[in-house]
Amino acid sequence: MTKPAAFFQRDRTWHPPALTPDYKTSVARSPRLALLSIENSASELTGPVFGHGDIDPGDADLIRNYAHTGDPVGERIIVHGRVLDESGRPVPGTLVEIWQANAGGRYRHRKDAYLAPIDPNFGGCGRTLTDAAGGYAFRTIKPGAYPWRNWVNNWRPAHIHISVFGSGFAQRLITQMYFEGDPLIQRCPIVRSIPDPRAIEQLIAPLDMSAAVPFDCLAYKFDIILRGTRSTLFENRLEGN
Amino acid sequence: MPQALHELKETASQTAGPYVHIGLAPGAAGFDIYSNELGHDIAGPHAAGERIRIEGVVLDGTGAPVKDVLIETWQADANGIHAHPGDPRSGEVAPGFRGWGRVITDFDTGLWGFDTVKPGPVAGRDGRLMAPHISLWIVARGINIGLSTRLYFSDEAAANAADPVLALIEQVHRRQTLIASLSLRDGKPLYRFDIRLQGDGETVFLDI
Ligand SMILES: [Fe+3]
Repeated sequence: MTKPAAFFQRDRTWHPPALTPDYKTSVARSPRLALLSIENSASELTGPVFGHGDIDPGDADLIRNYAHTGDPVGERIIVHGRVLDESGRPVPGTLVEIWQANAGGRYRHRKDAYLAPIDPNFGGCGRTLTDAAGGYAFRTIKPGAYPWRNWVNNWRPAHIHISVFGSGFAQRLITQMYFEGDPLIQRCPIVRSIPDPRAIEQLIAPLDMSAAVPFDCLAYKFDIILRGTRSTLFENRLEGN
Repeated sequence: MPQALHELKETASQTAGPYVHIGLAPGAAGFDIYSNELGHDIAGPHAAGERIRIEGVVLDGTGAPVKDVLIETWQADANGIHAHPGDPRSGEVAPGFRGWGRVITDFDTGLWGFDTVKPGPVAGRDGRLMAPHISLWIVARGINIGLSTRLYFSDEAAANAADPVLALIEQVHRRQTLIASLSLRDGKPLYRFDIRLQGDGETVFLDI
């Protein structure tokens, strides 16, 4: 492999800013001084490499990967899509990890005390590697909406948390996927931390009947875009000072 | 209208939220699900180099420890080689060395820590050596987009003084926020690295 090229600059106006007061926890956890912009070096262009030895094939099936006495309760869905870069090139062999609440909106986590019940057959996490075309697929249960402490009556829209690596540490990304048609999306202060409505739309997965399995599962399609790679056409560069 | 560039936009970040452990460290969330939880072993048992431990807390703008942070670490081995095919010397990386780790804070104290080998210097963009450092990526509830920073070592004063990234920090006193301080615990090297998200002594975070 040749020396990796630098990534496209991250568009910080497209991502949520650090301080978004309507999402209250961000107030004390947001840096107030400017980020220091540095050009990519080997430390940013490289990143961890994962292989099939790191994970088990069943890890991507959340309906079965924690089931003890039967299938979990809830709407059975497939979540699938591709990981691409900003130039539309597939990102193969990259680790995609997801986590989510169960159908009732409850997480299997020692810190979640919401009154909806834990599902004994649902863990709520999965992981997979993208294939040669950047494709990935999970089978899971559609998560429920849940209340959270922000304003008195805030509810998170149904969502799946998604973590992606890419090929360099500078591509590292965590986001959340929402479901088409959910009226809670536009009311959510975490969703609304994103300033551009087009960037929010990009987080909403459409129902995908072509991938649904009759009498078994509905499907949603969610493509994930990571930072692209610059092609250096000329070597001239500005001298530093 | 000019021609269109047809570039896609990077998927926008969203906070990792309070339950990030379920996805990335389920053992800490309170359940075993994977046969192999990732990110526990950064250097492997056989890699050459000085074995060190790094510990710290992440403090919020009020000075309170943040107790639901997840930190990922990325570094070269003791010879400055990254375990990645993009490193021209990756074939010589120390056996068993991965260079990537995932650590979480203690739910009660906010303390985090990891064991690794001290990285060697790595060539920067212009071939100038960068001082030994570990890249960190910090996510948590209330953090809308992962925070990137670097950890340098207090016993590398000469290399730090020549480091091209530290040199970019205009306010010279803020360079200290990226330098972990060395002490000994039971005769073994321990570096302390506290991260301040906001306020007095705010850590320098990077737009990489
Ligand atoms: Fe959530």
